[in-house]
Amino acid sequence: MINRILDVKHLKIDFHTYGGDVKAIRDVSFHLDPGETLAIVGESGSGKSVTTRSVIGLLAKNAKVMGGEINFHGQNLLELKEKQWQKIRGNEIAMIFQDPMTSLDPTMKIGQQIAEPLIKHRGTSKKAAWAKALEMMRAVGIPHPEERINEYPHQFSGGMRQRIVIAIALICEPEILLADEPTTALDVTVQAEILDLMKDLQKRVKTSIIFITHDLGVVAGMADRVAVMYAGELMEYGTVDDIFYNPQHPYTWGLINSMPTLASQTLASIPGTPPDLLNPPKGDPFCPRNQYALKIDLDHKPPFFKVSDTHYAATWLLHPEAPQVDPPAEIKRRWAKFKAMKRG
Amino acid sequence: MPANKKLLEVKHLKQYFKNGRTLTKAVDDISFDIYEGETFGLVGESGSGKTTAGRSILQLYRPTSGQVLFEGQDVSQLHGQKQKRQFRRDAQMIFQDPYASLNPRMTVEDIIAEGLDIHHLVANKAERQARVEELLQEVGLNESHASRFPHEFSGGQRQRIGIARALAVKPKFIVADEPISALDVSIQAQVVNLMIDLQKKQGLTYLFIAHDLSMVKFISDRIGVMHYGKLLEVGPADDVYDRPLHDYTKSLISAVPVPDPEIERARKRISYDSQGEGIPGQTLHEIRPGHWVRCTKAEVPHYEAVAAIYE
Repeated sequence: MINRILDVKHLKIDFHTYGGDVKAIRDVSFHLDPGETLAIVGESGSGKSVTTRSVIGLLAKNAKVMGGEINFHGQNLLELKEKQWQKIRGNEIAMIFQDPMTSLDPTMKIGQQIAEPLIKHRGTSKKAAWAKALEMMRAVGIPHPEERINEYPHQFSGGMRQRIVIAIALICEPEILLADEPTTALDVTVQAEILDLMKDLQKRVKTSIIFITHDLGVVAGMADRVAVMYAGELMEYGTVDDIFYNPQHPYTWGLINSMPTLASQTLASIPGTPPDLLNPPKGDPFCPRNQYALKIDLDHKPPFFKVSDTHYAATWLLHPEAPQVDPPAEIKRRWAKFKAMKRG
Repeated sequence: MPANKKLLEVKHLKQYFKNGRTLTKAVDDISFDIYEGETFGLVGESGSGKTTAGRSILQLYRPTSGQVLFEGQDVSQLHGQKQKRQFRRDAQMIFQDPYASLNPRMTVEDIIAEGLDIHHLVANKAERQARVEELLQEVGLNESHASRFPHEFSGGQRQRIGIARALAVKPKFIVADEPISALDVSIQAQVVNLMIDLQKKQGLTYLFIAHDLSMVKFISDRIGVMHYGKLLEVGPADDVYDRPLHDYTKSLISAVPVPDPEIERARKRISYDSQGEGIPGQTLHEIRPGHWVRCTKAEVPHYEAVAAIYE
């Protein structure tokens, strides 16, 4: 596995609170291949944001890494000191945050904000950095960049601000770009533009992307591979086709089934709410909300079962001795499509 | 649906806001009807005026001009406390942000019962408590929740409390302003299904405001599409989706991400130029039965041709 750009192994993160330790990330392992987009899907509180923040060393003060490693170019990122982080952050690993309204400095001209990473990380002269900033503004589709480079964030709309944030993230041509719900705060038409822009720039800059979102529609359009997270653990991961056409975990079924497609007549919901991670359940965390749960789920956490070389799912349903279950109709429709795709 | 009687008629509603020297035409001459028992979905991007429209209809703002008729009566012309109170009972609202719309210092019981107290709908404490418990059960919570405070609940549960509060005064009409956009996907479906259930049981009429087109299509009988304060297209939900007439609607639908990688790979986005909206003399014209588009008389043949393509 030499060509993996990022390898996360058995990551465990707790948050210290007055109520006790919240076990936010509980043994999460995944990797990132060069040039690919990995989407991490999950509900709020599933730990998808915490996972990515640990990759760029931006965990909150009360977070504590309880175990695991994050390997990037042969070094474990979890062992870095803040000084060492500053060399990597914004340079080799960059991040786009969810809210473009709060992720820019309101008192700095946007040209300065876009040029700053180059000046800091590469020691580029101010003049050259501003020229490159102008080029980046053009690349992310900001009209009249020569005039707008001297403006402040409040003079831009939400979509334009997110373009600026993307320009800042990509100006150093990072190897890994972390995008934490980058389009959630935007309108659908603007979202579509930003997603197209990200795909286009990814090809040009050859960066790998970890894309966090709760929107399965966005995942279907952006991701090469998908990891589904729930209650601080991975439930299932595979290629985008594996997850959308051959899902194996009942939680993935529930997620897909609770999205209204433009043709759907009924809407299934997942009953209940996610577990409290102050006292995480012993067995399968999805068990109480899972109509397909087996007795064993209560006490024994399912391991990852291999579905194919690219596809793994943590559900006892894949155990050879597990009973056959009847998944929702929408899932069966997708399975049939998957079989047809494999054949033809 | 049109067999039913009109519950709400919006006629040439305008809501302008003055901010210093600039005049913002948040809602600019919109007209539509909502029939009894139906869900009318109002879709648009941020700044399209959909939320303002909902608030103006409920008289949370004083409309600049135009009329809102509720059961045939102009709600801006209600006289005396009695008439006004009756309208406030009949028409309720569910808000977007379940974190900001519940008073953090009130218990759930007091939040839900506030309307009961104001409208003197319960005679004594026991009755009040019983009614609150009944409402909590209706929205899928239980009586032990009554004495708790909003911060003890998740987003989905808070939205259920907001719904219980709206239902407390037995309204006929509910404006739901982006009731699910702050919730997780699996919880969104729960709340939408709850709203559909309640509508069936209680014969409620909804104005469902949202930017999530697939969810609006799912819950609505008819849909109105707003852009820059104007209503561009109104029609049956399936019709507007499968056979959109206005270019803006087409571009909006083409931008909705679909949870299916094959469809996503084949997606062609339709771009939109809003200059066509500026032509003076545009009003809603009925192109197909019940399916209206905002255009001038001269543009009608163009839209008829567009509609013919779908046949």
